[in-house]
Amino acid sequence: MAKHQTPLLDQLETGPWPSFVSDIKQEAAHRAANPDGLDFQVPVDCPDDLLGVLELSFKDKETHWKHGGIVGVFGYGGGVIGRYCDQPEMFPGVAHFHTVRLAQPSGKYYTSDYLRGVMDIWDLRGSGLTNMHGSTGDIVLLGTTTPQLEEIFHDVTHKMNTDLGGSGGNLRTPADCLGKSRCEFACYDTQDLCHTLTNDYQDELHRPAFPYKFKFKFDGCPNGCVASIARSDFSVIGTWKDDIRIDQDRVKAYVAGEFKPGGGSHSGRDWGKFDIVKEVVDRCPTGCMSYDGAKLSIDNANCTRCMHCINTMPAAVKIGAETGASILVGAKAPILDGAQMSSLLVPFVVVEQPYDEIKEVIENIWDWWMEEGKNRERVGETMKRLSFQKLLEVTNTKAMPQHVVEPRSNPYIFFKEDEVPGGFAHDEKAYRQRHMR
Amino acid sequence: MAFISSGYNPDKPMEGRITDIGPRHFEEFYPPVIKKNKGEWDYHEIVKPGVLKHVALSGDVVYTVRVGAARLMSVTHIREICEIADKHCGGHLRFTTRNNVEFMVETEAALNGLIADLESRKFAGGSFKFPIGGTGACVSNIVHTQGYVHCHTPATDASGPVKAVMDEMFAYFQSMTLPAMVRISLACCLNMCGAVHCSDIGIVGIHRKPPIVEHDRLDNICEVPLAVSACPTGAIKPTKVELDGKKVNSVAVNASRCMYCGNCYTMCPAMPLASGEGDGIVLMVGGKVSNRISMPKFSKVVVAYIPNEPPRWPTLTKMVKHIVEVYAANAKKYERLGEWAERIGWEKFFELCDLEFTHHCIDDFRDPAYYTWRQSTQFKFTKHVEA
Repeated sequence: MAKHQTPLLDQLETGPWPSFVSDIKQEAAHRAANPDGLDFQVPVDCPDDLLGVLELSFKDKETHWKHGGIVGVFGYGGGVIGRYCDQPEMFPGVAHFHTVRLAQPSGKYYTSDYLRGVMDIWDLRGSGLTNMHGSTGDIVLLGTTTPQLEEIFHDVTHKMNTDLGGSGGNLRTPADCLGKSRCEFACYDTQDLCHTLTNDYQDELHRPAFPYKFKFKFDGCPNGCVASIARSDFSVIGTWKDDIRIDQDRVKAYVAGEFKPGGGSHSGRDWGKFDIVKEVVDRCPTGCMSYDGAKLSIDNANCTRCMHCINTMPAAVKIGAETGASILVGAKAPILDGAQMSSLLVPFVVVEQPYDEIKEVIENIWDWWMEEGKNRERVGETMKRLSFQKLLEVTNTKAMPQHVVEPRSNPYIFFKEDEVPGGFAHDEKAYRQRHMR
Repeated sequence: MAFISSGYNPDKPMEGRITDIGPRHFEEFYPPVIKKNKGEWDYHEIVKPGVLKHVALSGDVVYTVRVGAARLMSVTHIREICEIADKHCGGHLRFTTRNNVEFMVETEAALNGLIADLESRKFAGGSFKFPIGGTGACVSNIVHTQGYVHCHTPATDASGPVKAVMDEMFAYFQSMTLPAMVRISLACCLNMCGAVHCSDIGIVGIHRKPPIVEHDRLDNICEVPLAVSACPTGAIKPTKVELDGKKVNSVAVNASRCMYCGNCYTMCPAMPLASGEGDGIVLMVGGKVSNRISMPKFSKVVVAYIPNEPPRWPTLTKMVKHIVEVYAANAKKYERLGEWAERIGWEKFFELCDLEFTHHCIDDFRDPAYYTWRQSTQFKFTKHVEA
């Protein structure tokens, strides 16, 4: 028997897409039955009460979670988010319902043993509900009480050999695409870079020292499967410098229909026979490709590596051999001043252990941003306020046309004093000798 | 309930304490075929919707079955995922950025067994536990935030509208019939956790009422200067208010300058702005993060307000479905939603999609606004131009 009537939520149990309502009900029933005989460390009926408070929100069309609550584990400034219900008497099971963020392994590969270990902790010490995963990438464990936080941290570190993620004004848990592990497009080892930087910057991740949050994301190629260009302050996107590699026999095989375009990405509809000129050559944004009926040619000097030909004929057309990454800086969501994409700072960097070149860029940006950034100002906003030139200066980067889509159209140019002969000072007397008042 | 100690001793918190070890190394979790062929993949195919086949230079093959999931998952559900991984995949699995689960096997026989198993599992309410899909020219799983389930600032729910929209989009999740992939994302407020502002279709919760100012407690729980400086439009100023004959420090909100971003509430809990009547959804269209063919783009507002209609958000789901259908009928192969809208022109997009164009769709926020106004006589006549 359900603890709360949930007529509105029950309507979300119908339809084919997996129902989170059914799943929470399943968990409520599991905890009520308690087949493993656990001595639950938080209220046994918290899934029931979560359904109850959610039903109330559906009725009121307003959230019932209170603002804030500073909780955490000793020595860390991030990783736990305090959460309290604003109707604790109606829903005592979720009166205290804190979130714990766990650092996810790069690429989000798991073994069932590992996941079960985390689930055992969360069964005993938490609500039994999770997010797999949060927007930043962490495993998000939803709902526990303050006395359990140190116990969870102890279990997580001692039993699972893993750590909390980030929250607050610090480095957020970095995230990556699966990269070379299973993708032929990956231009560098996203997982290794992500893991290395995550571990090297644990202090920045757990102890807030920044004006605001800072996110790294790692995309293996310009397709951008983890959306680094849109959602990270520091976006590393794989690319290459040399020529796209073409297997002409396989190109012919695509033309002959032996390989499906896009690996079969459009096979649900009859788009007609694959037409390499129409679908690849004519769609090339730089017009740098041609096909003479037998051979595909690319003028690589004019290629911008948009991936379309590679995506469309993955067996025949491949990324170059001289691979690395571009670094872009400053993406953020709209608040406060509108959304920003990351802007290209380093067109090409070799991505190899120990990643010193990349770390130098990161640390230069941090030093500058910690000095100049205002409270709650993302680095993208600092860049906008203090200029891209300033970013170039602090990262010792020479300006180049790759940094802009087009040069400026206003001539209101700031020059440094030492760029002008004689500096900014005028010789007033000499001026007046030439000009009467 | 008896307190069960993990071994942590609160009197000596540093004793045996382990900190800053970070996540486990990813290689511990690789399926053997992945470990063996890392960096040596030759090409991939999509065998059928939701099923990828990656072929390595070594000749090894790995089949991946991608299944959609509600991001909110119970321990019981995750244990079931583990059970499937044990039964078919040697105990290995992975999650994708868009909250799908991927199961990997090495043979066709194992693949068929896995698929049959996944398709057979349903929740008690009747929905699929592990629907297969989300590859190629499809609607993939919706990336979303917490909503009413766990967040303190949402203007709409997340899990609810996602379930409602994905039920409508289900056929597109399980097929590859669209001109290109359609990425739908949902953020329950303007903070936009996740890259909602660069999605083909972005569903964004917004408030529409300026904050309540709780004068009786504001000065006790907030820093007035922080609340003032939190406002991007300068709508908040410090003020003194008389309460029960006593002057207290507080703030005043210039309502006509407020665009309800909620940043003041984030800084000051005495300025809540959630409202069952005022809150709702903005529908954004045409964003992308990929560099494929055209540059990454922000999503654009095409519907300035859709009311919150729990439990199934019928107006929202209808609009999303209609836009996807009109796009599917009109765009060229490989053309993303935003690329199509740009090619035909946004005025044509509104006409074809039967969307009302209101003054709210014209940007009025600082510099970005000017860059979106039309400085040209190149436009198309649509029904919007009268006489």
